[in-house]
Parts: sequence; C-alpha cells; structure tokens
Amino acid sequence: MHRAVAGYRDRVSTHDTPWADVRLHVVTGKGGTGKSVVAASLALALASRGQDVLLCEVEGRQGIAQLFDVPQLPYEERRIVHGPEGSGDLYALAIDPESALLEYLAMYYRLGRAGRALDRFGVIDFATTIAPGVRDVLLTGKVYEAVRRNRRTKNARHYGAVVLDAPPTGRIAQFLNVNSELAGLAKVGPIRSQADTVMTLLRSKQTAVHLVTVLEDMPVQETIDGIDELRAARLPVGGVVVNLTRRADLDEEERDRALTGDLPREPIRQALSRVGVKATDSLVDSLLDEAREHAERRELEDEQRKRVSGLDVPVFELPRLADGTDLGGLYELAADLCRQGMV
Amino acid sequence: MATTRHGRVGPLVAPATGSAPLDVDALLDDPATEIIVCCGSGGVGKTTTSAALALRAAERGRKVVVLTIDPARRLAQSMGVGTLDNIPRPVREVDGATGGSLDAMMLDMKRTFDEVVESQASPEKAAQILSNPFYVALSSSFAGTQEYMAMEKLGQLHEDARRTGRWDLIVVDTPPSRSALDFLDAPERLSSFLDGRFIRLLLVPARGPARLMSAGLGVMTNALTKILGAQVLRDMQTFVAAFDTLFGGFRQRATRTYELLQARGTAFLVVASPEPDALREAAYFVERLNEERMPLAGLVVNRASREPEGSLSAERALAALERLEEESGDHDAGLTGGLLKLHADRVRIVSRESRLRDRFAAAHPDVPTAVVPALSTDVHDLDGLRLVGDLLSL
Repeated sequence: MHRAVAGYRDRVSTHDTPWADVRLHVVTGKGGTGKSVVAASLALALASRGQDVLLCEVEGRQGIAQLFDVPQLPYEERRIVHGPEGSGDLYALAIDPESALLEYLAMYYRLGRAGRALDRFGVIDFATTIAPGVRDVLLTGKVYEAVRRNRRTKNARHYGAVVLDAPPTGRIAQFLNVNSELAGLAKVGPIRSQADTVMTLLRSKQTAVHLVTVLEDMPVQETIDGIDELRAARLPVGGVVVNLTRRADLDEEERDRALTGDLPREPIRQALSRVGVKATDSLVDSLLDEAREHAERRELEDEQRKRVSGLDVPVFELPRLADGTDLGGLYELAADLCRQGMV
Repeated sequence: MATTRHGRVGPLVAPATGSAPLDVDALLDDPATEIIVCCGSGGVGKTTTSAALALRAAERGRKVVVLTIDPARRLAQSMGVGTLDNIPRPVREVDGATGGSLDAMMLDMKRTFDEVVESQASPEKAAQILSNPFYVALSSSFAGTQEYMAMEKLGQLHEDARRTGRWDLIVVDTPPSRSALDFLDAPERLSSFLDGRFIRLLLVPARGPARLMSAGLGVMTNALTKILGAQVLRDMQTFVAAFDTLFGGFRQRATRTYELLQARGTAFLVVASPEPDALREAAYFVERLNEERMPLAGLVVNRASREPEGSLSAERALAALERLEEESGDHDAGLTGGLLKLHADRVRIVSRESRLRDRFAAAHPDVPTAVVPALSTDVHDLDGLRLVGDLLSL
C-alpha cells in the first residue's frame, strides 16, 4: 500500500460506502485524466462485491474493448469478465445512438421494418446527429432501460449496478440534463416524456455522478465548475477520484530538503555503495535532480489536493502506474477503490 | 464511428531509422504558411500548444491571430486577455521588436452561426430564422455545430486577412470533440443534411401539393410525429422553409473551407501526449489527413517525461532497493531507498513512452516529430508560453 493512499483510506473509511443504494454510477472527467480507466476499475470493484455489473460507453470509441483487450463491442451486452466464486460478472455495452433509436422504435412503436425504412430518407441520421438533444436522450434512455430492469423483467439480465463511462466534464451537465436540452424544442410529445422519465432516475438517489481529475490546475478547475453545474441542474454529485497521483516515495521533510538542495550526499553515496551500485558523482547528482523535480511537482499537486479536499465531496486517490494501465493495472486500481471504501 | 471506419494507411515494414525532427521555426518563419491547425484528442495540451506557437510566430515577426474554441477560457487566462469573445483582441505584452503582432479570440459558436444567417438572408427572413425554436436549438447545442462554426470562423478570418492584410498567419485550436476527426466531417455532414433528401421531403407539406405524398413519406412523417411530436415537426418545417434559399450558400461555404484546409498554405499539426489513447487518436488523424490529401506538417508530443541522466537501469535500482530493505529489516530503505524508487519509476515511464513513440514512428515514418518535455510547473502566462515555444523548437 502506498503511503499517499493510506492517508485517504483512513479518512474515507468513516464514510462507509456512501453509495450503497446507487444503481447507476456515472463517471466523467476531463480528457486525459483517465475517466475510462476509472470507470472500468469502478465496475470491477462493484462486481467484486458479488453482483453482476454492466459497464456502458457512449462515445463510439471502443475504449472498453481496448482496455480489456477483447474484440470490438457490438450493441449487445457481452460478458467481458467472468468473476470467481462469490463475485459477480462484468458485462459491457457500447451504446450508439442509431441502434438505440431503432431499438426504441421497435420497443415502443413496433416499428421493426418501417424503422429501418426510415434510414432511406436520412431520418435516422437526422435524429441521431442533427436534431438537438435527441442523441443524448437516446443514449441515456438505453442506460435508463438497463438500470430499470429488475429480476422480474423477462428475457433480460438484471444488474446490481450500471457504470456509465460518460462524456467529458465540460459537457456532462448538458449531457445528463436531457430535458432542458430539449426545452424550447419539444415541449410535449413522446420524446419529451421519455426525457422526463430518464431525468427522474438521473436526479434520484439511485444515481451518483463521479468526477475524475488529476492534480493540475485546469482539470481541478473543470472539476469544480462541473460540480457547480451538476448541482445547479439538481443532479446528484458522487465522489471525486484523483487519478495518476505520484507516490510519496520521499516524506515531507525529505521533499523540503530536496527543494532547497539540502539532501545529504555522503550518506546516499555510502548506502548506494553498500548495496553494490557504483555511486559516481553524476549518478548522485542525477538522483538529487530527480528528487527536486519530484518535490516541485508534489508541491503543485499538494496545492491542487487542498482545493479538491475543500470540495464538499468524498475524495479517492489512485496512483500513477509506472508501466501504464494494462489489464493487470485495472485490477490493482479496482482493489484500491475497494480499500478506500468507494464501493 | 469515425475512428474505425478507415483501414490502416502506412508502410508495411518499419524503416531503419526513426522519424525526422519537426522544424517548428522553419514552419513559423515560412511566409507561405498561412494557417496552422492544431488537432488531437482532449487533454493533450492543444490549447497551450496553439497559444505557444502563435506567440512564438508573433515574436519572430509574423502578424498572427489565434482562434481558440475551448469554452474553459484557458487561452484567455494564459494570454492575459480578460475575456475572449468573437472579436480578435490584441495581446499586449508581445515583444513586437521584429514587427510581429498577436491577436487572440475565442469562438462564440451561436454568434457565428447567427452572423452567417444574417449575411445570407434578408433582414426580415433572418429575423424569422433566428427566432425559430428549431434554429435556436440547432445553433446552440447540436454536437457538430461547434466544429462547423470553427471552420466557418477560420474561413472568415482568412478572408479578412486577405482583404485587410491585418494578419499573415492564423493559428487554430480545434474543439475538444468526441473524436479528433469530427471537425473535418462536421461541415460536410451539416451541409449535406441541409441540402439533403430529408429536408426536401420536409418541404413538401409546406409547399402544399399533397400529390407528392408517397406511402414511404407517410410512414416517415408519421414516425417523426410519434418520436418528436407534431409541434417539433411544424417548427422544423417552418425552419426549413425559411432556410430554403440559404442551403446553396451553406454548401458553397463548406466546400470553400474544405478546399482551404487542403491548400498549400495550410499546415496541420497533430498534438498528442505519450499515452496509448492519445497516440492512437493521433495515428488515426495522420492517416485520415493523408487520405483527404490535407497537408500534415508533423506531430507534437507534449508532456514527455524527461530522461534521467546516468545509466542506472530500473532493474538495478530495484535490486539495490531490495537489498537496502533487507539490510534495514523493517522494509524501510530510508532516503536512498526513496530516491531509488523514484528513479526506477522514472526510467520505466520514460522507456514506456519512448516505446510508444517508436511504434508510432514505425507506422508513420514520414511524420516529423517534436517532443516537448513535461514542465514541473503549470503554464499560465506569456513567459510560460515562451518556454513551451522554446522547447517546441529545440
């Protein structure tokens, strides 16, 4: 266990899984913060608690397939991880608006063949790319359908939780606030009532919107703005996941001394020699340089960490993995989220 | 799905040498360079890169305007301009010793759309369109409007520059799209929609004669009424009827912008970070630009970890760490242990990043590349941008 994470674990353990009743976890984050990785880790963590979990993506990137190293996902729930005894399975679904629309037409209007005929007129294209807001209603509508299912639903799998890898922070409130997007356009009508139904779920205690950030100025600012926008839209804010954190390999005093150039050379040289490393001057210089850069970065991160902890939401931290996030890394991160009490 | 529709484009075997370095200053100094488009996936530092390039070009004597799209006002902050709106405003603290200048602006997507309508229609008709609920929704929240309007604005700035001579270089940042490719497709998509068969069909009832009502059309309007409601359909029909005369103009403008992007004076810079996702997106972009015969100038890899000096490998550092831990008995290898851990992490990150870059270079050997090391501080002022500019052109 890394020291940095241990501190947070102690702090958040008092929360005692704040989202036990939540059925829909929405994960957003600025580009480059690793929101898809966090969404996948959260889904794994939830499944490890003994329930089947559905992980959805809506941006047409096939990010889940890449992360889990499985073939491209169709518009169909596929099992991608079969958990061991006692834990659930993880399913994945790539939602695209065209398929969601055809399914919607088939389900509610029995427009099976006629639905496809619409394609000839460019109606599908129109509804999913041009008509404002309709696309988002279709995407969230499919997620809604998966969440709303229960054990009595025929011919459909029931999930303990659904995790949505959602659009980035800058667009999240607009994306989830589907009925205001339609406002002024569709004041009445079926698409409007569909949007209202979806909205009821999204604003309920069954939903939590988590924001992923890294400890840099702009992503933290966008997280703060995003939380304000979500609250203004009366959408339930979950937690903030601080991703890609640097480990605390040096303690605070060592970092202070690294910044001022006061780390003692001689003991370092001796320790290195003792364990068989040729402790040249240039090696010691290089190590001290790396320590200073690390301390500088940590100092900036700590400022951002303060801003994040000043937000009135539970905070979780995930470390930056030196070898990048492969499948094994996802399991490590999932374990971290469990240990910190996010699930 | 834009990112998987195209097959791979590139050599079949890796070349013997890696990619050539990108000569940023030569690009900026070349008077033939009129437009630089920075594209790439979100969070890779596109905005900072465009601002740094624009500032560097200005201080090397070019008359530059930089167009940013990001609504987070990041550029505004980094350029020290209080507010950015649809109007280019001079950035004051630019060193003008070489005769260059820098203006900055942020795209107001709705305003730009409104202006296009106003410039194309009679005042009466324009007012009718601007107040139509369907138009209001389309111009402020349609996912492709931002991309379309960014390209429209680029076209306008280019015309302005030609006419007034106020600028000789335009640097464009692209929207943080779902996919980095969206802005290439958006103009085509919107204009083909506005021009398309569906719209023609919508116009039928507005024009009256019911004889054109085929069975297929009946099914379609019926379905649309079911999904959207009759009122939305009516709004759309009114909008389309009012917009009818403007379609040709929109298509023409979209075609002109597309040609402008293909022109010799345009240079695309693909921006990425040394992460698999960002480089994958960059690879698609490079291939797509090739296919569309768009002029690609090179790849900028931001936030690269700096290679540590000295030759201690990660494996040896970790072995030494283990021995220090054994020696101490309680797994606390102290300060030296911490330094060794830091070093091992750094070496592993650097080698992973360079492996990723090598793979990119093997698949795309013709793409000159500039690697910008990660800074240990944030960029939020002109000095920071100057530093990034220096690093870009090393």
